[in-house]
Amino acid sequence: MTEFWSWWIIVIVAIMIVGSFVILHLTRKMEDNGEDTTGHVYDGIEEYNNPLPKWWLNMFYITLVFSIGYLVLYPGLGNYEGYFNWTQENAWEKEVAAAEEQYGPIFAQYLNTPIPSLGSNQEAMDMGKRIFLNYCAACHGSFATGTPGYPNLMDDDWLYGGSPETIKTTLINGRQGMMPGFGEQLNEEQITFVTSYVTSLSGRDAPEKEVAEGKELYQMNCVACHGADGKGNQQLGAPNLTDSTWLYGGSRKVIARTIRNGRQGNMPAHQEILGDAKLHLVAAWVYNTSKEQSKQ
Amino acid sequence: MTETNTPSYNYTVVRQFAVMTVIWGIVGMAVGVLIAAQLLWPALNFDIPWLTFSRLRPLHTNAVIFAFGGCALMCTSFYVVQRTCQARLFSDFLASFVFWGWQLVIVLAAISLPLGYTSGKEYAELEWPIDILITLVWVAYAIVFFGTVMKRKSAHIYVANWFYGAFILTVAVLHLVNSAAVPLTLTKSYSAYAGAVDAMVQWWYGHNAVGFFLTAGFLGMMYYYVPKQAGRPVYSYRLSIVHFWALIAVYMWAGPHHLHYTALPDWAQSLGMIFSLILLAPSWGGMINGIMTLSGAWHKLRTDPILKFLIVSLSFYGMSTFEGPMMAIKTVNALSHYTEWTIGHVHSGALGWVAFISIGAMYYMLPRMFGQTQMYSIKLINWHFWIATVGVVLYIAAMWIAGVMEGLMWRAFNDDGTLTYSFVQSLEAKRPYYAIRLFGGFLFLGGMFLMAYNMFKTMSAPKQEKASDAKPAIA
Repeated sequence: MTEFWSWWIIVIVAIMIVGSFVILHLTRKMEDNGEDTTGHVYDGIEEYNNPLPKWWLNMFYITLVFSIGYLVLYPGLGNYEGYFNWTQENAWEKEVAAAEEQYGPIFAQYLNTPIPSLGSNQEAMDMGKRIFLNYCAACHGSFATGTPGYPNLMDDDWLYGGSPETIKTTLINGRQGMMPGFGEQLNEEQITFVTSYVTSLSGRDAPEKEVAEGKELYQMNCVACHGADGKGNQQLGAPNLTDSTWLYGGSRKVIARTIRNGRQGNMPAHQEILGDAKLHLVAAWVYNTSKEQSKQ
Repeated sequence: MTETNTPSYNYTVVRQFAVMTVIWGIVGMAVGVLIAAQLLWPALNFDIPWLTFSRLRPLHTNAVIFAFGGCALMCTSFYVVQRTCQARLFSDFLASFVFWGWQLVIVLAAISLPLGYTSGKEYAELEWPIDILITLVWVAYAIVFFGTVMKRKSAHIYVANWFYGAFILTVAVLHLVNSAAVPLTLTKSYSAYAGAVDAMVQWWYGHNAVGFFLTAGFLGMMYYYVPKQAGRPVYSYRLSIVHFWALIAVYMWAGPHHLHYTALPDWAQSLGMIFSLILLAPSWGGMINGIMTLSGAWHKLRTDPILKFLIVSLSFYGMSTFEGPMMAIKTVNALSHYTEWTIGHVHSGALGWVAFISIGAMYYMLPRMFGQTQMYSIKLINWHFWIATVGVVLYIAAMWIAGVMEGLMWRAFNDDGTLTYSFVQSLEAKRPYYAIRLFGGFLFLGGMFLMAYNMFKTMSAPKQEKASDAKPAIA
């Protein structure tokens, strides 16, 4: 901030603190009426003029003196940085560096072990799970089974592929899912037709005429991503429409809404957040646990 | 005493506000009980947007602070300013405008908030057209109050009126600055400030709403009803001077403690913390002056439930104004912030202090306003007192435990530096305390129903001739 505002703050703070001392001093010195009241009467209410309680005065002074000390040691008076040169940024950086030093090696020991073979290492799996609960559970759920809009990671059905490498790629760079909305190109009747066709892909019953109409519209609008057979495309993250897994919900209503408005999925990039070692461990946990779960 | 030749006072507006204080109290607290139940059983929003926690929570806070608390403040300030200045209200028309205007604001809030219209500013959620109406009502309120003070018969102004005056002036400034916005449509506006500045303005407003609406205003109430009900002189005139000036000067600085460890610059955080600490003594000055006023009359506490309300309110006031500065210390705040502890702290102030002193003041005034010597049932006041006290204590204790527990859970580490608990585990751990809180809130609401019954019985009882220091108002 500019010198002017810095001094503005310093002067006002000084007035406040000095002013507190002054008003305490003045009221302490006020004449004592002893047992008498001040003589004012308001609607029958009178006022004594007892002295300020000693313990209370001392408490007031202590807070004032503490504050002056604090402002000498820590930032507060405008541009003055304080004796300790403390800032919340450098305090945080120090804590993170200390944690890195203490915990970094614990994670790093697994960095060179291939992901599939970490599955049999109980300690590594426990750590991966804890990392997952810290960083991933907010969206994917405590059991990694997902919620609408956030994929289930335990079903061995992968939008972008489930090899150890693709899982790591997903974690490192994040993913941007983009299903465009067709509300402009298709009218409501046509959306109903496409919906019927899409539900028929996973073997559900739908009016034959609608399915036929919908198939035609699907060929024109949807094949580029979801493929002629509706099995999707992991290169693009386009979901397979022939199975019973639905990212945003599989009811006719929700499918129609997805066609009409499109969907925007965003898996944030985690390289910066996790670093190599933790990322490797959490990828290992997801890969191996998913394998194990989907076998059951 | 001067009571024989008092001018005829305007009690109509006082009566109106008194009744609405009790009614809005019930409404606001009922919404609070509902959303407390929703935290325990989320299905209670019935999948209806208007009933979701996100929309009802601001309705609850607005209703209890501005409808219940606001009516109590307007009610008592109009009563106190007339009686201590020995002057009729400056303008009956404006006083009436204040009443009806304020009720309109409340009704508009009760409609617009559940519909989802919000400016997104905590405790100032109402959209700009309502903000303008608030401004008009508030200006009228200030004219009536200060106009009456100008008409006073005595040379001095009684301390209660200093506090009411500071509350009215400061809230006007707070409201104008914080609500400054660029209107987009009739129901949508954008704050005039951006980023960290917006956050700072918001919490400068937010904490001073606590300081001037919920503290200074109710201290004004305390300075009239406590000595009146106790029948004792105020303890110390000079203490009232020093704690008044220190309180209103220092409160202005406390806002940044709501923004510790955020994008707010370090210097502002530090000043917010130290001035919050300095605030401890000025706050306690009011508590001391109130409680010590009772010296020589302690025995009355045993028999007088109205006095119990008033004095216990001061105890809660002292407790929460000790707790507040402690929570403003950055290292304590690092634990308490974003936890239920904050909710507990707010309610020890809001229920224990604000509601208790208002309830006490209403019990004092209601019979006088409706031509009675006392409330319909003293026994019911006593019941109300004990039910409400148990309710507050359960509420606060539950939130303290839940808050400290979740704060500790969030910062617990494993040997490898990962967090011990996921967020949802801390939520699960809070469930029993949510249940206790709900029960505490339910008790408090129950007490308010007793009060409403007692009030209507008092209102409908045959008028007693002798009862008047309440002369009928000139309509």
